[in-house]
Amino acid sequence: MSDFLTTGPGMLFLIVIQCLGIIGFVMISLLFLVYSDRKIWAAVQMRRGPNVVGVWGLLQSVADALKYVLKEIVIPAGADKTVFILAPLLSFVLAMMLWAVIPFNPGWVLADINVAILYVFAIGSLEVYGVIMGGWASNSKYPFLGALRSAAQMISYEVSIGLIIIGVVISTGSLNFSDIVIAQQGNLGFLNWYWLPHFPMVILFFVSALAETNRPPFDLPEAESELVAGYQVEYSSTPFLLFMAGEYIAIFLMCALISLLFFGGWLSPFPFLPDGPHWMIIKMAFFFFMFSMVKAVVPRYRYDQLMRLGWKVFLPLSLGWVVIVAFLAKFEVFGGFYARWVIGG
Amino acid sequence: MLLIDISFYVFSTVILSSALLVVVSRNPVHSVLWLILMFLSCAGLFVLLGAEFVAMLLVIVYVGAVAVLFLFVVMMLDIDFGSLRSEFARYMPIAGLICIILLMELSLVFGVWQTAESAEQARAVITPDLSQVQNTAALGHVIYSKYIYLFQTAGLILLVAMIGAIVLTVRDRPNIKRQDVLSQIYRDPKEQLKIIDVESGKGL
Repeated sequence: MSDFLTTGPGMLFLIVIQCLGIIGFVMISLLFLVYSDRKIWAAVQMRRGPNVVGVWGLLQSVADALKYVLKEIVIPAGADKTVFILAPLLSFVLAMMLWAVIPFNPGWVLADINVAILYVFAIGSLEVYGVIMGGWASNSKYPFLGALRSAAQMISYEVSIGLIIIGVVISTGSLNFSDIVIAQQGNLGFLNWYWLPHFPMVILFFVSALAETNRPPFDLPEAESELVAGYQVEYSSTPFLLFMAGEYIAIFLMCALISLLFFGGWLSPFPFLPDGPHWMIIKMAFFFFMFSMVKAVVPRYRYDQLMRLGWKVFLPLSLGWVVIVAFLAKFEVFGGFYARWVIGG
Repeated sequence: MLLIDISFYVFSTVILSSALLVVVSRNPVHSVLWLILMFLSCAGLFVLLGAEFVAMLLVIVYVGAVAVLFLFVVMMLDIDFGSLRSEFARYMPIAGLICIILLMELSLVFGVWQTAESAEQARAVITPDLSQVQNTAALGHVIYSKYIYLFQTAGLILLVAMIGAIVLTVRDRPNIKRQDVLSQIYRDPKEQLKIIDVESGKGL
């Protein structure tokens, strides 16, 4: 068996199995993320949330998914059929592709490429096409307006996300996620992680991630009071399911990114506890909880304020931070605090 | 080896056919979408060459930014395809002439292409040992350490171009109402709001 795995077809077999493993993990967590999202909002608003299907309503998402799949696909008469179907597929597949480079433990990664961050950034910047294509192909006013808003918003916040990541990359000296996590290792547990040296950027990254994934308070593309539901208005059944699944997968990926970049991935927060993939899962779940709480607590932003925040506040702050970190790391001002290669990270 | 060959031919076929479809497709939005597919396949070819950094930059810059701009512009345009197509025959001869001239020039250039003897050496001097250094680090070393002044100059030229574009297009429009964000943020509810207990049936 181990001989077979080193041959060409064997490696292909192994890669296919690994891909299926990751897809399985993401899809199963997706079901429970949607459920927990609804439960958390319900708890904040003192409702009970889904509680009928299965024990405590745990199977609600399964029932919803089945309902979407079994419904009829309605394509508007004036729509561009190919692009209309392609858009939700694109947004789902791209969101899924990003998981290929996310490590859960040393070596537990599908593609351990040395430009992993650039890969995430490149594929993430493609996600805007799903939205634009969906909005345009629907051939209707509200989806188009929603798509334009969404595209502008996603591009604006991508800039600040990129600059924030550059700060972390300068501290590490590598574009590989495993290297970034290993650089956060140390004797002090969670005090060694990047959230401390890069503290202001953690908050900026979290807010940018909200805007990038079109989550409230920045869910203007689908602001139901103004645009009905933005680019998704004309979508029903499975295409809508794909859009929504893509959105949730992107949110979950942002949680994974925050955990990897600033909170030490699979590293244990306390030196006396062993490291392991469960820490990664716990951190991701915690940040997803934060995402839901923000949706439950914060009211929606106005569109011009959103753009002002992106370009006039976040961009200068993150750009300035890159300059400061580059200086501190190059001249090793605080020893290995910013320049992790000094302490052998 | 076989897998690399197969992927090379797949990417090349996709590039050529989508480039053709950019030109021949009737809907300009579809043209831009084919263009995006072409950029992505080019990135695939770069990955096959082992230049993963350039591949990712190609996707980020061209697909993630430039093509989005194209798509925006093309979607906003209100083009009458009928009139465009009716004039196609009129411009066909001159377009064909330009094509033939370009093709002749290119074949002349590539027919007599010669590499200078010192070119290979000059390139080898600045290239670090690629078995030791990743190509991201190698590029960073060349651009930011070796040729930093040239790189900065290129950046300045782009900045000048950007300022020029803004100066050309900015218009000073009087009589428009702007939002003053700071005054909105610093508004005090105590001064702006008044809570009144209205008795039923009376009104204010």
